Amino acid sequence: MTDPDAQSIFRQVCDLVEPFNRNKVPLTEETTFSADLELDSLAVMDFVAAVEDHFDITVPLNLLPDLETIGQVASAVEKIIKGDNSGSV
Amino acid sequence: MDLFDKFSPIIDAHANLPADAEDPFNVSMDKILSPTEAIIKGRHTILAGTNNYLGLTFDERPLKAAHAALDAGGTGTTGSRVLNGTYAGHKALEQDLADFYGQQHAIVFSTGYQANLGVISTLAGPKNFILIDSDCHASIYDGCRLGGATIIRFRHNDAADLDKRLRRLGEQGSNILIVVEGIYSMLGDIAPLREIAAVKRKYGAYLMVDEAHSLGVMGKTGRGVAQEQGVEADVDFIVGTFSKSVGTIGGFCVSSHPKFEVLRLVMRPYMFTASLPPSVVASARASLAIITASNLREKLWANARALHQGMERLGFSLGASCSPVVAIKIAAIDDAVRFWSELLRAGVYVNLAVPPATPGRDSLLRCSLCAAHSPEQIEKILGVFQSVGRRLDLISETPRDDADAKTAVSRSTPDAAAATG
Repeated sequence: MTDPDAQSIFRQVCDLVEPFNRNKVPLTEETTFSADLELDSLAVMDFVAAVEDHFDITVPLNLLPDLETIGQVASAVEKIIKGDNSGSV
Repeated sequence: MDLFDKFSPIIDAHANLPADAEDPFNVSMDKILSPTEAIIKGRHTILAGTNNYLGLTFDERPLKAAHAALDAGGTGTTGSRVLNGTYAGHKALEQDLADFYGQQHAIVFSTGYQANLGVISTLAGPKNFILIDSDCHASIYDGCRLGGATIIRFRHNDAADLDKRLRRLGEQGSNILIVVEGIYSMLGDIAPLREIAAVKRKYGAYLMVDEAHSLGVMGKTGRGVAQEQGVEADVDFIVGTFSKSVGTIGGFCVSSHPKFEVLRLVMRPYMFTASLPPSVVASARASLAIITASNLREKLWANARALHQGMERLGFSLGASCSPVVAIKIAAIDDAVRFWSELLRAGVYVNLAVPPATPGRDSLLRCSLCAAHSPEQIEKILGVFQSVGRRLDLISETPRDDADAKTAVSRSTPDAAAATG
């Protein structure tokens, strides 16, 4: 499951976004959660929980202010997988 | 550019509320008549959204105690607990709380919000981890942020999810604080504390339970959900408030940790604010004594069952199994605002909650029961919900048990599941 390849991580993150993509907008690295996907803060936290479970990692809430786009989530996941997998900020 | 530009979406959303509805965020009580009645916009109104669970706000014992303390101690302390703001009454209230919970220590704060802010932010600092239930109150989220700990959120009332997240932390997961509530304020659902306590023991974490909505409401002597489920020995810190069943304002934390008292010297939300006025302290003490020995809990739960069952019969979708918070789920915000507004015009006040302040996507018409509600008031509340619900086409014209007796069987399933967590 934990394939550290950036492109693969991005694709997996996109798959995880789909259930939250009510307006079926096309997903790119620049797609934002608030403006494009119209997710409120609670929905973003639920999405992050799905990301954590899929990759079996910890994404602390402290990171949330820096996760505005799908690309930012994908690179955060990559960093956590390649790093100590601790989820520390 | 304007500092207020960032609020444009909120200003717009507020302006776009249905024009025929009352403003749900600008209710003013012209006159409060009793724990369950007020005059709002000239109308006699039943209050069914106050968190005044035991109806003690007008009880003569706390009233009398407050009057006496006001005369003896003045209108306010004008000082911090760590300077000139600790009177004999504050110390006595802390001793009362420690005795009530059977714990070694108690610290009283000026509000429940500050209790969570103070204790959580101080206990869990930058090198620590906090695991919080996703539905925790804003004061818990804010306390987590203020302290600078690493914050991890687990799925609501899901001990297995908590376990999984603790496992992921592995070796580095020492000095972990788990924070949950007893009864969750919005949906009124109850935490599976036995399961959560088992996970806590497995990982050697600390457990804090916010019993804000369960103090005086659950447990043999009213201590809350931890007492009800027999897990008090596993709870390291209990936080609570005087602004619900105790009927005044203030917050507290109790614990038997041997070093607990040091928190008084390091908690900024405790130190850098004025202490509770003597009259508030006196009424809290008097109400706490009533909570310890009274049958108000039985009355409260009888009312809760009557309203919960009545709402189910009418065909409303409810947030949880029976508790003194009965939350009616409404899918569309505009429907919820109209519904709430019609209830108010018909003389029934409940709380309106809209996303993201609610779990899930629904808006909520949140009722909270009071031991002082009469059977006639419960009937009136149900009658108004029925007529407004049908007029807005949100429930069918036929009560559920008439329409299909078989649903009683299927309905018992989710309740049973919720009860066992």
